[in-house]
Amino acid sequence: MRKHPVLGRIADYVFAIVFILAGWQLTAMAVHNPVLPGPFDAFPMVAQYFDELWPAFLVSLYRVVVAMLIGTVLAIPLGLACGRSPRADAVFAPILYFLYPLPKVVLLPVLIVLLGLADAPKIVLIAITVFFQVLVTVRDASKSVPEQSILSMRSLGASRLDIYRHAIVPATLPELFTALRISSGTAVAILFFAEGIAGSTGLGYFIVNAWALLAYPKMFAGIIAMALLGVILYELFDVAERRLTRWRRV
Amino acid sequence: MGEPKLRLQGVSQVYEGARGETRALQNMDIDVAPGEAVAILGPSGCGKSTSLLIAAGLRVPTQGAAFVDGVRVAGPRLNTALILQDFGLLPWKTVAENAGLGLQIRKTPKRERAERVARALEQVGLADFADAFPAELSGGMRQRLAMARALTCDADLLLMDEPLSALDALLREEMQDMLKRCWCEQGYAQVLVTHSIEEAVYLGQRIVVMSPRPGRVVHVLENAEMQQENWRDADLFFERCRALREMLRDIVAKEEVAHA
Repeated sequence: MRKHPVLGRIADYVFAIVFILAGWQLTAMAVHNPVLPGPFDAFPMVAQYFDELWPAFLVSLYRVVVAMLIGTVLAIPLGLACGRSPRADAVFAPILYFLYPLPKVVLLPVLIVLLGLADAPKIVLIAITVFFQVLVTVRDASKSVPEQSILSMRSLGASRLDIYRHAIVPATLPELFTALRISSGTAVAILFFAEGIAGSTGLGYFIVNAWALLAYPKMFAGIIAMALLGVILYELFDVAERRLTRWRRV
Repeated sequence: MGEPKLRLQGVSQVYEGARGETRALQNMDIDVAPGEAVAILGPSGCGKSTSLLIAAGLRVPTQGAAFVDGVRVAGPRLNTALILQDFGLLPWKTVAENAGLGLQIRKTPKRERAERVARALEQVGLADFADAFPAELSGGMRQRLAMARALTCDADLLLMDEPLSALDALLREEMQDMLKRCWCEQGYAQVLVTHSIEEAVYLGQRIVVMSPRPGRVVHVLENAEMQQENWRDADLFFERCRALREMLRDIVAKEEVAHA
Protein backbone atom coordinates (compact mmCIF):
# COMPACT_ATOMS: atom_id res chain seq x y z
CA MET A 1 0.00 0.00 0.00
CA ARG A 2 1.31 3.47 -0.89
CA LYS A 3 1.98 5.83 2.00
CA HIS A 4 -0.12 9.01 2.17
CA PRO A 5 2.41 11.86 1.82
CA VAL A 6 1.15 14.01 4.71
CA LEU A 7 -0.14 11.29 7.03
CA GLY A 8 2.98 9.25 6.35
CA ARG A 9 5.17 12.17 7.33
CA ILE A 10 3.17 12.77 10.52
CA ALA A 11 3.48 9.07 11.36
CA ASP A 12 7.25 9.28 10.84
CA TYR A 13 7.44 12.26 13.18
CA VAL A 14 5.28 10.57 15.83
CA PHE A 15 7.54 7.53 15.67
CA ALA A 16 10.66 9.72 15.98
CA ILE A 17 9.22 11.65 18.95
CA VAL A 18 8.20 8.44 20.76
CA PHE A 19 11.64 6.98 20.07
CA ILE A 20 13.48 10.05 21.40
CA LEU A 21 11.22 10.39 24.46
CA ALA A 22 11.65 6.72 25.30
CA GLY A 23 15.43 7.02 24.97
CA TRP A 24 15.42 10.18 27.06
CA GLN A 25 13.27 8.61 29.77
CA LEU A 26 15.43 5.47 29.92
CA THR A 27 18.63 7.55 30.07
CA ALA A 28 17.16 9.77 32.81
CA MET A 29 16.20 6.67 34.79
CA ALA A 30 19.67 5.20 34.34
CA VAL A 31 21.53 8.42 35.26
CA HIS A 32 19.14 9.16 38.12
CA ASN A 33 20.46 12.70 38.71
CA PRO A 34 18.48 15.97 38.92
CA VAL A 35 20.63 17.41 36.12
CA LEU A 36 18.84 15.10 33.68
CA PRO A 37 15.11 15.07 34.38
CA GLY A 38 12.93 12.74 32.35
CA PRO A 39 10.50 14.12 29.75
CA PHE A 40 7.55 13.79 32.11
CA ASP A 41 9.27 16.19 34.53
CA ALA A 42 10.71 18.50 31.87
CA PHE A 43 7.68 19.09 29.63
CA PRO A 44 5.40 20.52 32.35
CA MET A 45 8.18 23.06 32.95
CA VAL A 46 7.65 24.47 29.44
CA ALA A 47 4.09 25.38 30.45
CA GLN A 48 5.21 26.60 33.87
CA TYR A 49 7.89 28.96 32.46
CA PHE A 50 6.02 29.84 29.28
CA ASP A 51 5.77 33.56 30.12
CA GLU A 52 9.57 33.81 30.39
CA LEU A 53 10.28 31.30 27.66
CA TRP A 54 8.13 32.78 24.88
CA PRO A 55 9.86 36.21 24.66
CA ALA A 56 13.26 34.46 24.83
CA PHE A 57 12.15 32.13 22.02
CA LEU A 58 11.03 35.05 19.83
CA VAL A 59 14.31 36.94 20.38
CA SER A 60 16.35 33.85 19.48
CA LEU A 61 14.16 33.13 16.44
CA TYR A 62 14.58 36.71 15.23
CA ARG A 63 18.38 36.58 15.61
CA VAL A 64 18.84 33.26 13.89
CA VAL A 65 16.44 34.01 10.99
CA VAL A 66 17.93 37.44 10.28
CA ALA A 67 21.48 36.08 10.53
CA MET A 68 20.78 33.15 8.20
CA LEU A 69 19.06 35.46 5.74
CA ILE A 70 22.02 37.87 5.66
CA GLY A 71 24.60 35.07 5.40
CA THR A 72 22.69 33.31 2.60
CA VAL A 73 21.86 36.43 0.59
CA LEU A 74 25.52 37.48 0.60
CA ALA A 75 26.89 34.00 -0.07
CA ILE A 76 24.70 33.00 -3.06
CA PRO A 77 25.89 35.60 -5.59
CA LEU A 78 29.52 35.23 -4.55
CA GLY A 79 29.26 31.41 -4.68
CA LEU A 80 27.70 31.57 -8.15
CA ALA A 81 30.37 33.99 -9.35
CA CYS A 82 33.20 31.79 -8.04
CA GLY A 83 31.61 28.64 -9.44
CA ARG A 84 31.08 30.01 -12.93
CA SER A 85 34.00 32.40 -13.33
CA PRO A 86 37.51 30.93 -13.13
CA ARG A 87 38.82 34.49 -12.72
CA ALA A 88 36.63 35.20 -9.67
CA ASP A 89 37.45 31.78 -8.28
CA ALA A 90 41.18 32.41 -8.66
CA VAL A 91 40.78 35.56 -6.56
CA PHE A 92 38.46 34.22 -3.86
CA ALA A 93 39.45 30.52 -3.58
CA PRO A 94 42.72 31.16 -1.66
CA ILE A 95 40.91 33.50 0.76
CA LEU A 96 38.22 30.88 1.19
CA TYR A 97 40.72 28.10 1.93
CA PHE A 98 42.18 30.14 4.79
CA LEU A 99 38.94 31.43 6.27
CA TYR A 100 36.58 28.44 5.85
CA PRO A 101 38.30 26.11 8.36
CA LEU A 102 38.59 28.89 10.96
CA PRO A 103 36.05 28.27 13.78
CA LYS A 104 34.08 31.51 13.49
CA VAL A 105 32.85 31.23 17.06
CA VAL A 106 36.28 32.41 18.30
CA LEU A 107 35.43 35.81 16.83
CA LEU A 108 32.72 36.37 19.46
CA PRO A 109 34.90 38.37 21.88
CA VAL A 110 36.04 40.63 19.04
CA LEU A 111 32.46 41.15 17.87
CA ILE A 112 31.25 41.89 21.41
CA VAL A 113 33.93 44.54 21.86
CA LEU A 114 33.14 46.06 18.46
CA LEU A 115 29.35 45.72 18.40
CA GLY A 116 28.25 45.58 22.04
CA LEU A 117 26.07 43.07 23.84
CA ALA A 118 22.80 43.45 21.95
CA ASP A 119 21.65 41.56 18.83
CA ALA A 120 24.42 42.67 16.45
CA PRO A 121 27.36 40.45 17.54
CA LYS A 122 25.14 37.33 17.66
CA ILE A 123 23.61 38.04 14.26
CA VAL A 124 26.99 38.82 12.68
CA LEU A 125 28.63 35.70 14.15
CA ILE A 126 25.89 33.40 12.85
CA ALA A 127 25.78 35.21 9.50
CA ILE A 128 29.55 34.73 9.02
CA THR A 129 29.29 31.00 9.78
CA VAL A 130 26.32 30.47 7.46
CA PHE A 131 27.94 32.62 4.78
CA PHE A 132 30.95 30.32 4.44
CA GLN A 133 28.91 27.10 4.50
CA VAL A 134 26.53 28.37 1.82
CA LEU A 135 29.30 29.96 -0.24
CA VAL A 136 31.34 26.74 -0.53
CA THR A 137 28.26 24.66 -1.37
CA VAL A 138 26.87 27.04 -4.00
CA ARG A 139 30.30 27.46 -5.57
CA ASP A 140 30.81 23.70 -5.94
CA ALA A 141 27.23 23.05 -7.08
CA SER A 142 27.32 25.76 -9.75
CA LYS A 143 30.57 24.31 -11.10
CA SER A 144 28.90 20.99 -11.75
CA VAL A 145 26.19 22.26 -14.12
CA PRO A 146 26.61 20.20 -17.33
CA GLU A 147 28.28 22.18 -20.10
CA GLN A 148 25.80 20.74 -22.61
CA SER A 149 22.92 22.41 -20.76
CA ILE A 150 24.73 25.75 -20.98
CA LEU A 151 25.59 25.26 -24.67
CA SER A 152 22.03 24.26 -25.43
CA MET A 153 20.73 27.41 -23.75
CA ARG A 154 23.25 29.62 -25.49
CA SER A 155 22.14 28.15 -28.82
CA LEU A 156 18.61 29.32 -27.98
CA GLY A 157 19.94 32.86 -27.66
CA ALA A 158 20.04 32.91 -23.86
CA SER A 159 21.85 35.82 -22.23
CA ARG A 160 24.12 35.29 -19.24
CA LEU A 161 21.26 36.30 -16.97
CA ASP A 162 18.93 33.76 -18.68
CA ILE A 163 21.51 31.03 -18.15
CA TYR A 164 21.76 31.87 -14.44
CA ARG A 165 18.00 32.10 -14.08
CA HIS A 166 17.00 28.98 -15.99
CA ALA A 167 20.01 26.68 -15.58
CA ILE A 168 22.58 27.52 -12.93
CA VAL A 169 20.46 28.74 -10.03
CA PRO A 170 17.91 25.89 -10.23
CA ALA A 171 20.77 23.39 -10.53
CA THR A 172 22.29 24.60 -7.27
CA LEU A 173 19.03 24.58 -5.28
CA PRO A 174 19.23 21.00 -3.90
CA GLU A 175 22.77 21.55 -2.58
CA LEU A 176 21.82 25.01 -1.29
CA PHE A 177 18.99 23.57 0.79
CA THR A 178 21.24 20.81 2.11
CA ALA A 179 23.72 23.51 3.18
CA LEU A 180 20.93 25.54 4.80
CA ARG A 181 19.65 22.53 6.73
CA ILE A 182 23.14 21.77 8.01
CA SER A 183 23.76 25.47 8.72
CA SER A 184 20.54 25.74 10.71
CA GLY A 185 21.96 23.25 13.26
CA THR A 186 25.26 25.11 13.43
CA ALA A 187 23.42 28.44 13.68
CA VAL A 188 21.36 27.31 16.67
CA ALA A 189 24.50 25.96 18.38
CA ILE A 190 26.32 29.27 17.87
CA LEU A 191 23.24 31.16 19.01
CA PHE A 192 23.24 29.21 22.29
CA PHE A 193 26.92 29.95 22.81
CA ALA A 194 26.66 33.65 21.95
CA GLU A 195 23.50 34.25 24.01
CA GLY A 196 24.89 32.27 26.93
CA ILE A 197 28.08 34.33 27.04
CA ALA A 198 26.92 37.80 26.08
CA GLY A 199 23.70 39.58 26.99
CA SER A 200 20.62 38.83 29.03
CA THR A 201 18.05 37.77 26.46
CA GLY A 202 17.28 34.77 24.29
CA LEU A 203 17.07 31.04 24.88
CA GLY A 204 20.82 30.65 25.32
CA TYR A 205 20.76 33.06 28.23
CA PHE A 206 17.61 31.37 29.61
CA ILE A 207 19.35 27.97 29.68
CA VAL A 208 22.67 29.17 31.08
CA ASN A 209 20.94 31.26 33.74
CA ALA A 210 18.79 28.32 34.84
CA TRP A 211 21.90 26.14 34.89
CA ALA A 212 23.72 28.65 37.13
CA LEU A 213 20.74 28.63 39.51
CA LEU A 214 20.74 24.82 39.45
CA ALA A 215 17.12 24.98 38.21
CA TYR A 216 17.47 21.88 36.08
CA PRO A 217 13.81 21.42 35.10
CA LYS A 218 13.72 25.09 34.04
CA MET A 219 16.97 24.57 32.13
CA PHE A 220 15.35 21.65 30.32
CA ALA A 221 12.36 23.80 29.42
CA GLY A 222 14.88 26.07 27.67
CA ILE A 223 16.58 23.12 26.00
CA ILE A 224 13.21 21.90 24.67
CA ALA A 225 12.45 25.38 23.31
CA MET A 226 15.86 25.53 21.64
CA ALA A 227 15.35 22.09 20.10
CA LEU A 228 11.98 23.30 18.83
CA LEU A 229 13.69 26.31 17.24
CA GLY A 230 16.09 23.98 15.42
CA VAL A 231 13.25 21.72 14.26
CA ILE A 232 11.25 24.71 12.97
CA LEU A 233 14.20 25.99 10.92
CA TYR A 234 15.03 22.53 9.59
CA GLU A 235 11.43 21.86 8.65
CA LEU A 236 11.13 25.29 7.00
CA PHE A 237 14.05 24.53 4.70
CA ASP A 238 12.75 21.03 4.09
CA VAL A 239 9.32 22.36 3.02
CA ALA A 240 10.92 25.04 0.81
CA GLU A 241 13.17 22.43 -0.81
CA ARG A 242 10.26 20.09 -1.49
CA ARG A 243 8.32 22.91 -3.13
CA LEU A 244 11.20 24.27 -5.20
CA THR A 245 12.82 21.01 -6.27
CA ARG A 246 9.71 19.01 -7.15
CA TRP A 247 11.54 17.55 -10.17
CA ARG A 248 13.86 15.55 -7.89
CA ARG A 249 11.09 13.40 -6.51
CA VAL A 250 9.64 12.06 -9.77
CA MET B 1 23.10 25.75 -56.18
CA GLY B 2 22.03 29.27 -55.18
CA GLU B 3 22.88 30.88 -51.87
CA PRO B 4 23.58 28.05 -49.41
CA LYS B 5 21.72 28.03 -46.13
CA LEU B 6 24.94 27.14 -44.32
CA ARG B 7 28.48 27.47 -45.54
CA LEU B 8 31.59 26.45 -43.63
CA GLN B 9 34.50 28.04 -45.44
CA GLY B 10 38.10 27.08 -44.75
CA VAL B 11 37.29 26.33 -41.13
CA SER B 12 40.16 25.25 -38.91
CA GLN B 13 40.08 24.88 -35.15
CA VAL B 14 43.05 24.57 -32.85
CA TYR B 15 42.60 23.99 -29.11
CA GLU B 16 45.20 25.13 -26.62
CA GLY B 17 45.48 22.63 -23.80
CA ALA B 18 47.82 21.59 -21.02
CA ARG B 19 49.55 19.23 -23.48
CA GLY B 20 50.01 21.90 -26.10
CA GLU B 21 48.01 22.53 -29.25
CA THR B 22 45.42 20.12 -30.62
CA ARG B 23 44.30 20.66 -34.17
CA ALA B 24 40.65 19.51 -34.29
CA LEU B 25 39.63 20.72 -37.75
CA GLN B 26 41.65 21.57 -40.81
CA ASN B 27 40.39 23.70 -43.67
CA MET B 28 36.87 22.32 -43.71
CA ASP B 29 34.49 23.41 -46.48
CA ILE B 30 30.82 22.43 -46.56
CA ASP B 31 27.80 23.99 -48.23
CA VAL B 32 24.27 23.03 -47.16
CA ALA B 33 21.44 24.15 -49.43
CA PRO B 34 18.12 25.42 -48.00
CA GLY B 35 15.99 22.41 -47.09
CA GLU B 36 18.85 19.98 -47.62
CA ALA B 37 19.75 17.19 -45.19
CA VAL B 38 23.47 16.61 -44.79
CA ALA B 39 25.06 13.97 -42.60
CA ILE B 40 28.64 14.39 -41.39
CA LEU B 41 30.27 11.06 -40.76
CA GLY B 42 33.68 10.35 -39.34
CA PRO B 43 35.62 8.56 -36.62
CA SER B 44 35.45 9.73 -33.00
CA GLY B 45 37.42 12.87 -32.26
CA CYS B 46 37.58 14.07 -35.86
CA GLY B 47 36.07 17.45 -35.05
CA LYS B 48 32.50 16.74 -36.22
CA SER B 49 30.97 18.27 -33.10
CA THR B 50 33.32 21.25 -33.27
CA SER B 51 32.16 22.00 -36.81
CA LEU B 52 28.58 21.99 -35.56
CA LEU B 53 29.33 24.34 -32.66
CA ILE B 54 31.01 26.72 -35.12
CA ALA B 55 27.94 26.57 -37.37
CA ALA B 56 25.73 27.28 -34.34
CA GLY B 57 27.81 30.34 -33.47
CA LEU B 58 28.92 28.83 -30.17
CA ARG B 59 32.57 28.61 -31.06
CA VAL B 60 34.78 30.97 -33.02
CA PRO B 61 37.00 29.07 -35.48
CA THR B 62 40.75 29.66 -35.40
CA GLN B 63 40.63 30.17 -39.17
CA GLY B 64 37.82 30.46 -41.70
CA ALA B 65 34.20 31.25 -40.98
CA ALA B 66 30.64 29.94 -40.98
CA PHE B 67 27.93 31.75 -42.96
CA VAL B 68 24.16 31.35 -42.74
CA ASP B 69 22.19 32.86 -45.63
CA GLY B 70 25.43 34.56 -46.65
CA VAL B 71 25.82 36.30 -43.29
CA ARG B 72 28.89 35.51 -41.23
CA VAL B 73 27.93 33.67 -38.03
CA ALA B 74 29.09 35.77 -35.10
CA GLY B 75 26.95 34.19 -32.37
CA PRO B 76 23.84 32.07 -31.81
CA ARG B 77 21.12 32.76 -34.36
CA LEU B 78 17.43 32.66 -33.47
CA ASN B 79 16.38 30.33 -36.31
CA THR B 80 19.21 27.87 -35.88
CA ALA B 81 18.30 25.02 -33.56
CA LEU B 82 20.91 22.78 -31.97
CA ILE B 83 20.23 19.34 -30.53
CA LEU B 84 23.10 17.91 -28.52
CA GLN B 85 23.90 14.37 -27.54
CA ASP B 86 22.29 14.66 -24.10
CA PHE B 87 19.55 16.91 -25.57
CA GLY B 88 20.41 19.78 -23.19
CA LEU B 89 17.07 19.46 -21.39
CA LEU B 90 16.72 21.14 -18.02
CA PRO B 91 15.60 18.55 -15.43
CA TRP B 92 13.77 21.17 -13.29
CA LYS B 93 11.51 22.31 -16.11
CA THR B 94 8.46 20.39 -17.26
CA VAL B 95 8.14 19.05 -20.79
CA ALA B 96 6.12 22.12 -21.85
CA GLU B 97 8.58 24.51 -20.18
CA ASN B 98 11.54 22.79 -21.83
CA ALA B 99 9.85 22.88 -25.22
CA GLY B 100 9.03 26.56 -24.83
CA LEU B 101 12.36 27.64 -23.37
CA GLY B 102 13.60 29.24 -26.57
CA LEU B 103 10.36 31.21 -26.86
CA GLN B 104 10.52 32.24 -23.21
CA ILE B 105 14.07 33.51 -23.69
CA ARG B 106 12.88 35.48 -26.71
CA LYS B 107 10.07 36.91 -24.58
CA THR B 108 7.32 35.54 -26.83
CA PRO B 109 3.92 36.39 -25.27
CA LYS B 110 2.65 33.63 -22.96
CA ARG B 111 -0.42 32.84 -25.01
CA GLU B 112 1.46 32.48 -28.28
CA ARG B 113 4.11 30.46 -26.48
CA ALA B 114 1.52 28.05 -25.09
CA GLU B 115 -0.05 27.61 -28.54
CA ARG B 116 3.26 26.95 -30.27
CA VAL B 117 4.42 24.57 -27.55
CA ALA B 118 1.13 22.64 -27.68
CA ARG B 119 1.44 22.36 -31.47
CA ALA B 120 5.06 21.16 -31.30
CA LEU B 121 4.31 18.63 -28.55
CA GLU B 122 1.40 17.34 -30.62
CA GLN B 123 3.72 16.94 -33.62
CA VAL B 124 6.21 14.82 -31.70
CA GLY B 125 3.55 12.87 -29.78
CA LEU B 126 4.22 14.31 -26.34
CA ALA B 127 0.98 16.25 -25.88
CA ASP B 128 -0.07 14.01 -22.98
CA PHE B 129 3.21 14.60 -21.13
CA ALA B 130 3.25 18.40 -21.06
CA ASP B 131 3.38 18.52 -17.24
CA ALA B 132 5.88 15.69 -16.80
CA PHE B 133 9.55 16.26 -15.96
CA PRO B 134 12.33 14.96 -18.24
CA ALA B 135 13.25 12.32 -15.63
CA GLU B 136 9.82 10.77 -16.18
CA LEU B 137 10.45 10.32 -19.91
CA SER B 138 12.16 7.49 -21.77
CA GLY B 139 15.25 8.18 -23.89
CA GLY B 140 13.15 8.32 -27.06
CA MET B 141 10.67 10.73 -25.49
CA ARG B 142 13.50 13.03 -24.40
CA GLN B 143 14.79 13.02 -27.95
CA ARG B 144 11.31 13.97 -29.16
CA LEU B 145 11.19 16.75 -26.59
CA ALA B 146 14.48 18.14 -27.90
CA MET B 147 12.92 18.03 -31.35
CA ALA B 148 9.83 19.84 -30.07
CA ARG B 149 12.05 22.60 -28.70
CA ALA B 150 13.56 23.03 -32.15
CA LEU B 151 10.10 23.04 -33.76
CA THR B 152 8.74 25.76 -31.47
CA CYS B 153 11.57 28.04 -32.57
CA ASP B 154 10.57 27.75 -36.26
CA ALA B 155 14.10 26.69 -37.10
CA ASP B 156 15.23 26.93 -40.71
CA LEU B 157 18.51 25.24 -39.84
CA LEU B 158 18.65 22.25 -37.53
CA LEU B 159 22.04 21.09 -36.26
CA MET B 160 22.21 17.74 -34.46
CA ASP B 161 25.20 16.29 -32.66
CA GLU B 162 24.77 12.52 -32.37
CA PRO B 163 21.29 12.93 -30.94
CA LEU B 164 20.44 9.23 -31.10
CA SER B 165 23.67 7.71 -29.86
CA ALA B 166 22.31 6.89 -26.40
CA LEU B 167 19.27 5.01 -27.69
CA ASP B 168 18.88 1.28 -28.29
CA ALA B 169 18.74 -0.02 -31.87
CA LEU B 170 14.94 -0.25 -32.28
CA LEU B 171 14.24 3.09 -30.65
CA ARG B 172 16.97 4.61 -32.75
CA GLU B 173 15.20 3.54 -35.94
CA GLU B 174 11.92 4.93 -34.62
CA MET B 175 13.60 8.26 -33.86
CA GLN B 176 15.32 8.31 -37.25
CA ASP B 177 11.86 7.98 -38.82
CA MET B 178 10.62 10.89 -36.70
CA LEU B 179 13.59 13.06 -37.66
CA LYS B 180 13.02 12.31 -41.33
CA ARG B 181 9.29 13.00 -41.05
CA CYS B 182 9.86 16.35 -39.30
CA TRP B 183 12.48 17.34 -41.86
CA CYS B 184 10.11 16.46 -44.77
CA GLU B 185 7.19 18.33 -43.17
CA GLN B 186 9.05 21.42 -42.01
CA GLY B 187 11.51 21.84 -44.87
CA TYR B 188 14.41 23.15 -42.79
CA ALA B 189 18.04 22.51 -43.68
CA GLN B 190 19.50 19.85 -41.45
CA VAL B 191 23.02 18.85 -40.51
CA LEU B 192 23.40 15.62 -38.61
CA VAL B 193 26.71 14.67 -37.04
CA THR B 194 26.96 10.97 -36.44
CA HIS B 195 29.40 8.09 -36.25
CA SER B 196 26.72 5.64 -37.36
CA ILE B 197 27.01 4.75 -41.04
CA GLU B 198 23.41 3.50 -41.22
CA GLU B 199 22.11 6.71 -39.67
CA ALA B 200 24.06 8.86 -42.11
CA VAL B 201 22.78 6.85 -45.09
CA TYR B 202 19.20 6.94 -43.79
CA LEU B 203 19.07 10.66 -42.99
CA GLY B 204 21.57 12.39 -45.27
CA GLN B 205 20.88 13.51 -48.85
CA ARG B 206 24.60 14.09 -48.94
CA ILE B 207 27.09 12.39 -46.69
CA VAL B 208 30.25 14.23 -45.83
CA VAL B 209 33.01 11.86 -44.78
CA MET B 210 35.74 13.23 -42.54
CA SER B 211 39.25 12.06 -41.80
CA PRO B 212 40.51 11.33 -38.28
CA ARG B 213 41.88 14.33 -36.36
CA PRO B 214 42.61 16.89 -37.61
CA GLY B 215 39.25 16.49 -39.32
CA ARG B 216 38.93 17.48 -42.96
CA VAL B 217 36.47 16.57 -45.64
CA VAL B 218 37.82 13.61 -47.58
CA HIS B 219 34.72 12.56 -49.50
CA VAL B 220 31.18 13.73 -50.24
CA LEU B 221 28.70 11.03 -51.21
CA GLU B 222 25.43 11.91 -52.98
CA ASN B 223 22.55 10.00 -51.40
CA ALA B 224 19.41 11.54 -52.91
CA GLU B 225 17.65 8.15 -52.82
CA MET B 226 17.20 8.49 -49.05
CA GLN B 227 13.76 9.99 -49.73
CA GLN B 228 12.53 6.71 -51.23
CA GLU B 229 9.81 4.74 -49.44
CA ASN B 230 11.22 1.93 -47.26
CA TRP B 231 14.73 3.21 -47.88
CA ARG B 232 16.07 1.24 -44.93
CA ASP B 233 15.09 -2.03 -46.63
CA ALA B 234 16.41 -1.11 -50.10
CA ASP B 235 19.37 -3.00 -51.55
CA LEU B 236 21.01 0.31 -52.42
CA PHE B 237 20.85 1.33 -48.74
CA PHE B 238 22.88 -1.74 -47.73
CA GLU B 239 25.24 -1.26 -50.66
CA ARG B 240 25.87 2.35 -49.69
CA CYS B 241 26.45 1.42 -46.05
CA ARG B 242 28.95 -1.24 -47.17
CA ALA B 243 30.74 1.22 -49.47
CA LEU B 244 30.94 3.83 -46.73
CA ARG B 245 32.21 1.28 -44.21
CA GLU B 246 35.03 0.30 -46.58
CA MET B 247 35.78 3.94 -47.30
CA LEU B 248 36.06 4.73 -43.57
CA ARG B 249 38.30 1.70 -42.98
CA ASP B 250 40.54 2.85 -45.82
CA ILE B 251 40.71 6.40 -44.48
CA VAL B 252 41.56 5.27 -40.95
CA ALA B 253 44.17 2.77 -42.26
CA LYS B 254 45.82 5.43 -44.48
CA GLU B 255 45.95 7.87 -41.54
CA GLU B 256 47.53 5.20 -39.32
CA VAL B 257 50.19 4.55 -41.96
CA ALA B 258 50.76 8.29 -42.35
CA HIS B 259 51.24 8.71 -38.60
CA ALA B 260 53.38 5.57 -38.18
